[in-house]
Amino acid sequence: MLDSQDQVRFETLVLPHFDAAFNLARWLLRSGADAEDVSQEAILRAYRFFNGFHGGDVRAWLLQIVRNTCFTWLEKNRRVKDVTEFDEEFHVPPGPTPESLAIAADSRARLTDALESLPPRYREVIVLRELEGCSYKEIATITSIPIGTVMSRVSRARRQLQLALTDPSHNEATHEV
Amino acid sequence: MKCDRPPTVLQCYFDSELDALGAAEFERHLEQCSACISALEALESLRSSLNIAQLYEKAAAPFRKEVLARIRPARPVVIFSARAPRRWLAVAAAVLLIAYTGWRVIQVRRGVNYETVLAAEIVDAHLRSLQPGHLTDVVSADQHTVKPWFDGKLDFSPPVRDFTDQGFPLQGGRIDVIHGRSVAALVYARRKHFVNVFIWPTDEKDAALRSGSQQGYQWIDWRKGRTEFCAVSDAAPSALEQLQKLFTE
Repeated sequence: MLDSQDQVRFETLVLPHFDAAFNLARWLLRSGADAEDVSQEAILRAYRFFNGFHGGDVRAWLLQIVRNTCFTWLEKNRRVKDVTEFDEEFHVPPGPTPESLAIAADSRARLTDALESLPPRYREVIVLRELEGCSYKEIATITSIPIGTVMSRVSRARRQLQLALTDPSHNEATHEV
Repeated sequence: MKCDRPPTVLQCYFDSELDALGAAEFERHLEQCSACISALEALESLRSSLNIAQLYEKAAAPFRKEVLARIRPARPVVIFSARAPRRWLAVAAAVLLIAYTGWRVIQVRRGVNYETVLAAEIVDAHLRSLQPGHLTDVVSADQHTVKPWFDGKLDFSPPVRDFTDQGFPLQGGRIDVIHGRSVAALVYARRKHFVNVFIWPTDEKDAALRSGSQQGYQWIDWRKGRTEFCAVSDAAPSALEQLQKLFTE
């Protein structure tokens, strides 16, 4: 239990990012119900460890706890390995045309499917960059990976998302579980 | 046509992560690299698709409430002992007396509990309303605009009045949830403070003013004509009482 001053600080600093916590968990776990369980656990954890927060980017601090709680949950609850790592450098491919992307992507369901088909470590950088509007530096803090890795991961994640949107069979191929 | 630049440069440019010098340099490159231009267009198209799809998922209100309840200081809860009635059976002569005493205690504690829970819910709702974009669903100082807005959204018609002349200009209204039911919330300004007045129908008789404070917020509650009113604010308690008088006049 926090003292009353810290209680107010927690409520004014951390609680405004409640939706951000839930949204990240929702996309990492691909389930609203699981996201409620896990984001609740993460927020309670943030509450318990709030004394350890000494200023700085409070959203990044909270989302770091959320994403770590999510990955712990995923490891515990997934039968199939969820994480696909790519080491090879690859180049900007000719890629899909903007037109084909626009046609493929105009439905929310299709985008949801495509995003959910990405490996979690790609999905999280897309969610943080595109939905949450985080900078590379913030993503590096949240995911505890070097900023150079953030750059290449964002790049690959987008490439894979584009593929999933234009080529539904690709969707099937990479859909874990 | 291929481009031999690392793809991350394009990504950084797209995400505004290049410094001014790097961005200017890349723009010069763009003028002559059709591969990068089409890749950039594809990224823009992807981003706008993501924006249009509105994938951001917000936490549901009941879930938010559940979590808030767990991080706010514990509130007293009435606990009924399951074993107590059996003991009363053993002491037949005392049954009536104890039952009566027990009933009185529960009545009193229910009253206390109602107030505590009400205060907590009201202050929660007030804090929620102060989050950006949550204060009003209908923004108007005109009671004739605010009142009809509630039509069809609630199963009762709340009394809506503007008290600008008395120092409480009406700001607007919204629907909120108290005790698990939809209620009308009227928002008034009081100098630099906001006052939320929650209104819902009740079966209880008219009741005198009850008031209290929680987490630095003042609240007052009263019932009149089968309607319950509860005002909450960080303004001075006297301001809330003034507003209550205006409502009951």
